[in-house]
Amino acid sequence: MTASAEQTARVALVTGASRGIGKAIAAGLAAAGYTVVGTATTQAGADAIGAMLAGQGGGVVMDVSDAESVTAAMATIQAEYGAPLVLVNNAGITRDNIMLRMKAEEWDAVINTNLNALFRVTRACLKGMTKARWGRIINITSVVGTMGNAGQANYAAAKGGAEGFTRALAREVGSRAITVNAVAPGFIQTDMTEALPEAQRDNLLSQIPLGRLGQVEEIASAVTWLASDGAGYVTGTTVHVNGGMFTG
Amino acid sequence: MSSIEDRVTKIIVEQLGVKPEDVKLEASFVEDLGADSLDTVELVMALEEEFETEIPDEEAEKISTVQAAIDYVKGHA
Ligand SMILES: NC(=O)c1ccc[n+]([C@@H]2O[C@H](COP(=O)([O-])OP(=O)(O)OC[C@H]3O[C@@H](n4cnc5c(N)ncnc54)[C@H](OP(=O)(O)O)[C@@H]3O)[C@@H](O)[C@H]2O)c1
Repeated sequence: MTASAEQTARVALVTGASRGIGKAIAAGLAAAGYTVVGTATTQAGADAIGAMLAGQGGGVVMDVSDAESVTAAMATIQAEYGAPLVLVNNAGITRDNIMLRMKAEEWDAVINTNLNALFRVTRACLKGMTKARWGRIINITSVVGTMGNAGQANYAAAKGGAEGFTRALAREVGSRAITVNAVAPGFIQTDMTEALPEAQRDNLLSQIPLGRLGQVEEIASAVTWLASDGAGYVTGTTVHVNGGMFTG
Repeated sequence: MSSIEDRVTKIIVEQLGVKPEDVKLEASFVEDLGADSLDTVELVMALEEEFETEIPDEEAEKISTVQAAIDYVKGHA
């Protein structure tokens, strides 16, 4: 893909870019010409992101579950790279348990990291986008937010919540040419799905028409498209990338 | 250097796309100058930039008229 001059000048922020889907998104946006800032929870993770991006951006430490960490990281990003005009809220965790056994800590951790983080990071980026009268906010949700999944009530609540947030914010900032969308992956081959037991994996595959798990690059390409100028008329929607396991 | 009144008026004209003569002291941004809620936030951002100050959200909410904007700047910048 050839990058437009605007794209090259734009700073894209990807949370949770040290592994899995976020790492592929950061690489995809860099290949499309953006200056990419990727976040990790550790300095080692941030350094590895910096090495991967090789001068076309860098890695920054940010814990999205902690307001002070977000504020500090945003100040660093603003000073070193300028205001991000593309934001990909990707950082996320799972703490699966059936509801009858779920601990308050498991509920809170998932809501805080997957949903409350959207409030913190998005709010911090909105001023810059409003000022530029251009922006792209892309929230990585999950097919589980729409379908539900036994053992993931906390995660489904957070991801469904993130999709509602996407629709509301799209209406709020549309007049400033800021688009807000979600990308909902199905089951993608990452550390997160590596943790699934064999039997559950086989059962899953039987429900996916394409008969395989998705690859991280297949999420990254949807994100790169939503960030592009060509997707400027798409807002408030959720793009499902799930091998056909859920069809809207 | 132009007066604070002139600088505030200039910003309001630029941000809200209104005529300078409509920017009367008692004019309300929303009711008289056609601003929506996003416009008022952007106006505050522009005032912060012009006068190199940080306006806390609680204060920003009170800046709803031309006079209030001038008073705030005079009191804080
Ligand atoms: N994998 C799937 O099948 C799948 C399916 C649907 C949706 N998703 C969603 O896609 C996103 C990425 O998932 P993934 O599979 O790539 O996950 P992953 O491989 O487990 O990576 C998670 C990423 O999030 C970061 N992270 C975790 N907690 C964080 C925190 N408190 N603050 C900042 N960053 C934090 C991690 O940073 P560290 O490396 O520093 O820990 C890591 O970069 C998530 O939102 C997930 O819910 C994944």
